[in-house]
Amino acid sequence: MDNNKENHGFLDFAYQMYKTMKTNEINLVYEGEVTQEITKTFTSITEKSLEKSQESNSVQRKVFNVMVECLQNISKHADSLDNDEEERRGIVMVSHGESSYNIITGNVIKNEKIPELKSNLEQVNSLDKKGLSELYKKQMREGRISEKGGAGLGFIDIAKKTGSQLTYEFKRLNDEVSFFILTSTIKRN
Amino acid sequence: MEVINIVGTDDTPNVILDKGNSKFEISGRSLPEDVNMFYEPILEWIDTYAEEPVGKTEFHFKLEYFNTASSKVILDILLKFEEIVENDNDVVIKWHYHEEEEDMLEAGEEYADIVEIPFDYISYTD
Repeated sequence: MDNNKENHGFLDFAYQMYKTMKTNEINLVYEGEVTQEITKTFTSITEKSLEKSQESNSVQRKVFNVMVECLQNISKHADSLDNDEEERRGIVMVSHGESSYNIITGNVIKNEKIPELKSNLEQVNSLDKKGLSELYKKQMREGRISEKGGAGLGFIDIAKKTGSQLTYEFKRLNDEVSFFILTSTIKRN
Repeated sequence: MEVINIVGTDDTPNVILDKGNSKFEISGRSLPEDVNMFYEPILEWIDTYAEEPVGKTEFHFKLEYFNTASSKVILDILLKFEEIVENDNDVVIKWHYHEEEEDMLEAGEEYADIVEIPFDYISYTD
């Protein structure tokens, strides 16, 4: 009997989720480990659905581009709730409205990393197109590929390609870690 | 000299480095998880090539997409060719971009700002 109730609750949840996704035009939701394989799969699914939607080439490419950077950020930098160094988890959500695509990603991050991350994001948001291009060139010349394979260019690239400010929030989970949410917006032409 | 001929995948580019036939090209997509591992043999090849380059090197980049980690490595490749230019050799970068992909054209222009090598921009359609 209890089992039945649980099942029913779950079905209800699935139905509610389906409705919410339809109403908000959410194309993709995922919570779990983010690996290179997952990155390739999601970008390929999104690419195919964009092709069908006859979105312009340029918008398609930007969505693809931002997804790759966001997902690779998680697969390189996400921390975990239980100090498991190996596992990189996160949430990924892609939605679209009349005028734009939103790519929302979230992952756990150590509180001690927040000040630097915040200052990087603030710097990127303070720059115009030309400033972003200068910063990108400077970082390419001076930066090195880190052990994790990052070049410290992801946020600059996203801001450059989308022409929009990066929206972000840190939700404190406990003394050690917070949940970092990043929203990137790509305008449709 | 050894020929490098790598066939591209979903996340790595096609690479042809063939001194005998004067063919130098990187094309397709570049978003490998580990850029260093993928590009190391390519950078090493260019180091050897730099010792005795052909009279005029035309290096083609025809990328439809590359991630930011790859963009850093592409600069490393270009810096190696800049040295070849400094040693009085002719090098030209043929930068191909899809006519609708302004971002790709801009990426080429940014590289041209950083390195002292002539760039030709070539637009293509589907």
